[in-house]
Formats: sequence, C-alpha cells, structure tokens
Amino acid sequence: MALPNKPQGELPAVTNPEVVEHDVDVLIIGGGMAACGCAFEIKKWASDDTKILLVDKAAMERSGAVAQGLSAINTYIGENKIEDYVKMVRNDLMGVVREDLIYDLGRHVDRSVELFEEWGLPIWKKDADGNNLDGSKPAPSLKEGGTPVRTGKWQIMINGESYKCIVAEAAKKALGEENIMERIFIVKLLLDKNVDNRIAGAVGFSTRENKVHVFRCKVALCACGGAVNIFRPRSTGEGKGRAWYPVWNAGSTYTMCAQVGATLTMMENRFTPARFKDGYGPVGAWFLLFKAKVQNGLGEFYANSDAVKEELAKYMPYGQSPVTPTCLRNHLMLNEMKAGRGPIYMATDVALNAFLDEKRAQGMDEKAVKKFWKHLESEAWEDFLDMSVGQAGLWAGMNIEPENVGSEIMPTEPYMLGSHSGCCGIWTSGPEEDWVPAVDGPRSHQYKWGYNRMTTVDGLFTAGDGVGASGHKFSSGSHAEGRIVAKEMVKFLNANPDFTPELEKSAQELADEVYAPVKRYHEFVGATTAENVNPNYVKPDGLMMRLMKATDEYGGGVATYYMTSGKLLNICLDLLRMLREDAEKMAAGSLHELLRAWENYHRIWCVETHIRHIEFRKESRFPGFYYRSDYPTCDDENWRCFVNSTFDPKTQEWKCEKVECINIVETDPWI
Amino acid sequence: MPSYVDPSKCDGCKGGDKTACMYICPNDLMVLNTEEMRAYNQEPDACWECYSCVKICPQGAIAVRGYSDFVPLGGMVHPMRSSDSIMWTVKFRNGNIKRFKFPIRTTPEGGANAYEGEKGEDINDNRLFGETELPQPTMLAK
Repeated sequence: MALPNKPQGELPAVTNPEVVEHDVDVLIIGGGMAACGCAFEIKKWASDDTKILLVDKAAMERSGAVAQGLSAINTYIGENKIEDYVKMVRNDLMGVVREDLIYDLGRHVDRSVELFEEWGLPIWKKDADGNNLDGSKPAPSLKEGGTPVRTGKWQIMINGESYKCIVAEAAKKALGEENIMERIFIVKLLLDKNVDNRIAGAVGFSTRENKVHVFRCKVALCACGGAVNIFRPRSTGEGKGRAWYPVWNAGSTYTMCAQVGATLTMMENRFTPARFKDGYGPVGAWFLLFKAKVQNGLGEFYANSDAVKEELAKYMPYGQSPVTPTCLRNHLMLNEMKAGRGPIYMATDVALNAFLDEKRAQGMDEKAVKKFWKHLESEAWEDFLDMSVGQAGLWAGMNIEPENVGSEIMPTEPYMLGSHSGCCGIWTSGPEEDWVPAVDGPRSHQYKWGYNRMTTVDGLFTAGDGVGASGHKFSSGSHAEGRIVAKEMVKFLNANPDFTPELEKSAQELADEVYAPVKRYHEFVGATTAENVNPNYVKPDGLMMRLMKATDEYGGGVATYYMTSGKLLNICLDLLRMLREDAEKMAAGSLHELLRAWENYHRIWCVETHIRHIEFRKESRFPGFYYRSDYPTCDDENWRCFVNSTFDPKTQEWKCEKVECINIVETDPWI
Repeated sequence: MPSYVDPSKCDGCKGGDKTACMYICPNDLMVLNTEEMRAYNQEPDACWECYSCVKICPQGAIAVRGYSDFVPLGGMVHPMRSSDSIMWTVKFRNGNIKRFKFPIRTTPEGGANAYEGEKGEDINDNRLFGETELPQPTMLAK
C-alpha cells in the first residue's frame, strides 16, 4: 500500500508558485520548424533594440514534429511550376483550399531547403549515371544546380536523422541563446485590456520548477503544432505513445488562438494516414521510391481495377487526377476492408525483387546485384530509422525482412493538423498582392487584411500546422512560413510603435488559474487512500481516455470505420460539454501532471471545434477521412466552400459560417 | 517502444543540474530520482520512441524495449551516434543482425551559418532574407 498518498513523478507541484513577469516586443510560442524559421529570420528585419523571446515546451534541439528526424523533405519546388504545386494541393484536399497561401508558400520554400543544406543537412543526389548518392558524397548543392533524388514530383530524399538539430542550431544562433526559454508550456494567450481584438501577452508555466511566467508582448507567433490523442488510438496500451504524429502535439495552437477570438477554418478536416500497421512507419518512400503497390487479403492489386475507377469517378474532378487524393485512397482501402477483403498489404517483397530482376535483365552479374541489393536494403531501412525507429523495432520483433514478406498497412486514428496532408487551422491573411482576392465583409470572409499570416486577431500570427486551408507544407514549408511571419511581425511592430500592452487580469490571478489543478490536488488528496481515485477530482490520464472514447464512438473514429452522423455528432458535443465542465476538476500533484492537465484542456477545445465543423458541413467532403451517414457524398454544388468558425471571448458563443472559396490558379485544366 | 534505463550504467549525469535525457525528451518523460541518482521513463505509454534520450545518453545507459501491446520480444534496435554519422544495429527476434550506417550532417556541430548581424534589404516588399526575386503567379483563373 502506498500510503500516505504522494505525488507521482519527481517534481512535486506546490500551491504557491513563484510568479515571474516579462515584457517583450515579440513573443514566439513554439520551437518546431515554423518557430525555427521565424527565429532565423526575424533579426534580419527587426531593429537591434527589439526584444524578442522564443518559448518552447521542450528543448529546441529535439522539439516539434521533426524531433526524431525525417527521411524526406516533401516540399521542394525546384524545376516545377509553383502553379502546379497549387493545383496538386488543391486536388488532394478536395478543392477547398486557400490558393493564395499555397502559392505564397511555394515561392519561399526552396530558400529554406537551400539553407538546410548549407547548414549541414545531407541531401541525396543523382550522379551522372542516374545512381543515388547519399547526402555526404561530394556533389553540387541544390543551389549550385545539383540534382536531388526525387521520389514524387515534390519530394526529395535526405539523410535526416539530425534534421531538427541542424535547423534548431541555426535558429538559436540567429536569435541568441539568451532570448530562448525552454521547458515553458504556454497555456493561454491574453488579449489587451484597452484595445479590442488585440493580442497583449501569454501565460505559461515551467515544467522544471514551480514558476508561472506571464508575458506581455506587442506581437506574437503561436506555432505549437497539430493535435494528437484526440481520438482513441488503435493501440491503447503502451503503444498509445506510438502515435503517427508527435504525441506531444495537444492542439494547443488551435485552442489558444480560438479562445482569444481568432477565426478557425476547415476544422472539419482531419488526417487518418494509411501507414504500416502499429509501428506507423512512413509509406511515401515505399510507394514512390520503391514503386510498391498495395494488395488486398486475396492478393489482388486492387488499385487499378475497373471497380475502383468507377468509384473514383463519383468524386469529380478530384477522383480522376493521376494522383488520387489521399482521402480517396483511404476510401478505396476502407472499401476493401469493409467488404472483408482485408488485410491490406504493402507488397514490399514484390517491389524490391522487381528492382533486382530488372538489374539481372540488364545483364548485371550476381556479385554486382548483391552489391546493389545492399544499397537498396540500406535505403529501405533508413526510411524507418531516420523518422520512425519504432517501425524498424516492430519489424525486428516480428522477424520481417521486407524483401521476403509484405507488411500490413492500415489507416490510423484521426489527427488534426495543417502542415501535412491535412488543412485544418486558423484563418489568416494572405500576402499583400494584387492576385489575392479583395473581399468585402469581416475578416472571417476576407483573404487579406494587411499582414501576411496574421490571424483575425490584431498582432497574433500563426504558421506551420496553425495556418488552415493550406496543407502540404510539411517540414520545409513550415519553416518557410515561419520566415514569412518573422518579417510580417516586424512590419506590424513598426506600424504600431505607440502600443503598450496591458493585461486584463493581474499576474497573480493568472497564476492562480494556471495552478488550479495543483490547488485542487492538495485540497483533496487526503480524501481517499489511493491518490488516483477520488470523488473530488479527475486525473489527466483518465480524462484523456474519456475524451478519446467519446470522439471515437460518436465522432467517427476507428470504432465505426470513421462513420458518424448529425445524431451521433450532437451526442458527442453533449459529452464534450460535460467533459469540459469536468476538466475544471482535473488535479495535478506534479509539474508533469500539470503539463498533462493543460494539454487536455487544449485537446478538448480543439476536438470540439472539429466535431462542430463536421456537424455544420452537411456533406462528406473527405471520404476516407470521415463520413456522415446522413450526407454520404461530396456535394460540390452546396459545399465547395470554407467552413469558418469564431468563438467570441466576450459572449462565449461560437459562430459557424460558410465562406466563399475563390480559385486563383486556372481551373481548366484542373491538374 | 518505451525507453528504459540500465541502472548499472546510469550515473544520473553525475549530479548536474539536469540529466541529458531529461534535457532532451520532447515529451517530458525522463526524470531523475535524486535519491538513487538514476533516471527513468515516468510515462512509458506516452513514449514516441523518438530515441532522443537513447542517442544523447553519455553513458549509453538507455535502450528501448518494444511496446508491450504489439511487439514480440527479442528484437532490438540500437544506435551509436557520432557528430557526422549514425550506426544502427537491428537485432531480430530470430537472432539475425543487420547494421546500417548513415550520414547525419555535413558540417561540424555548431557550424550552421545563421547570418548573424546581417540585415534584409527592403522591409516594405515581400522578399525574405537572401531572396533576390519573387515569383508572381501566371496561369490565373478566369
């Protein structure tokens, strides 16, 4: 028996934390690719006396979605047309995207990739004979005209184990270590007391010492990634940590921006990537580099069947593109599984042996084939070891050698994000350019209002996963977007020299709010003989399971093959309302639990917007990501439009609305 | 695949103000028990198996055991990371072993050029630092 009750973890939380106040001009919240881009760029534009501070929940060297590394950079325009990039993103996301933001990203992204290479990121190249060279071999750089190893039209291969370390190093040097605070979790943005709809600061706490930090700022970037563990995952034991997207992304970006009144867009969008089952290793290189195909349980390569072509024809013009949209590829896979023709395999064995057979057919002798195989095998394993080591571990545990046997693939639980092949996020201004449409009405309907990537709240910017309706940025695009924001924030700062932020609440009042779960813990911990079971409070881990059960069963999770309906969604909203009320009763005995408590607040809000948007949109825009049984088809006539929602911090009310989607790049030809 | 710490190797980073694993874990999982002077993973079911702690541990005291809910026992994936490359050992359940070595960076650690002290050209246009020209879209919708 563990009496008397004591807090779990090694850093107990106390009821009277120290309160520290900070005054800065620019506050950068987050430390991932977007924040690093901003940190690199901002001093190039700001005056030398501008006080800039970056605050990261973790350590920048390994924080954010690229912490583990990556095996590819998925957005590098290179020899392609930016307009074609816009067309690809538009089609993949079923027509409803902000083409101004996508084009703008496309014209800045390559510079980020060139910087990465200059800083030391090894990028694969083609030699004169068309063979692949790893990134440490002598070859011209991209900037010098070197030829990258393209997998798809937009992707290039890298040796990316240290991708984030390298990018963070440049960001830290550019900003100065003294302007960076790590292990501070920002939990709320704060509006100005005097000026309406104006950002004025943020509050957070240290996960290392009992300190609450209150920041006053004139302009802020909120870039804290997407949302994970918002739906019940397929693995609910230890494997719950093996989320496809980084498990530490708790929807903080969306929630914090929404709570101060920033308009959200396309929160109905989600991503349920088809990945290697359980380990969630990447499939991109297998599809594109190794030309692997998927097989159903009967051994059929179903993707080119007549039935599939007929199915895709139902979703025009999206379905007929040479590259089928990600959600529709999932849709086809789900059809196989629901018909009992599962499981679905990536035929790695067929693909790898085809390469060897091709070499033999070209007259290569067995010794040379063996050498070629060693290189190919190494490339195949590096894909996992660079970015998803757990998948390699699963193969090792299962005795899977990909040249001998295929591996099962499976669509994951839903995630929310705006930088990968999803597009939920915050509605932002596009660049000040003539080709960006001028629209009358409130900012929630406009495409530009003076500062590129500024949210509808004055002085509040976002980037990366934060910017909605503009997917397929990936790591490089998120970095580029952070660079865009840096310059725009300085412009905003310069245009508002006399503003002095003032907060509505005192620092102590804010600290009391942040530490409320700690106070509750200490007030009630003695009421039972086991600290995790107590009628007066709920622990963060239990609350998270309750959230994930509600969304999974009613919001179209894996439990129902992603199927939901208006009826189910409204039940889900009821459950979330009670969950939000009970979240006020979370208790935290340690700083680690306090971190988890606030992540849960963020998760609940963010997934509630998701459910709200799906409920509002009376169609199934993304078949394969989710379906509404009451509106089962994609209805372009009525719903080829954005759904935007705004929470009013004064009235505490939500408003959902349709917003016109305007094409900037030609629609004929569509692709 | 939660990480675990070998108590015979971990020295608590010799009582520094923070251990390497605690410093680096993106999900705040690694903590130091100051009585035992040993680190441990406090929330294994929130471990992304990103291997940041394994790679950074100066004692080589941290390894990974596959997730108990789907990885059969006996396999092991373990890295040795240097300043310019990483060597992986993959041991299969059946005892087979494969080794792979990959480059990780082409410049010395600390060598990234952040262009400190340099300024951009024109704050009023849309070009970012180092960009000479800025494309404008053609192929516009009618």
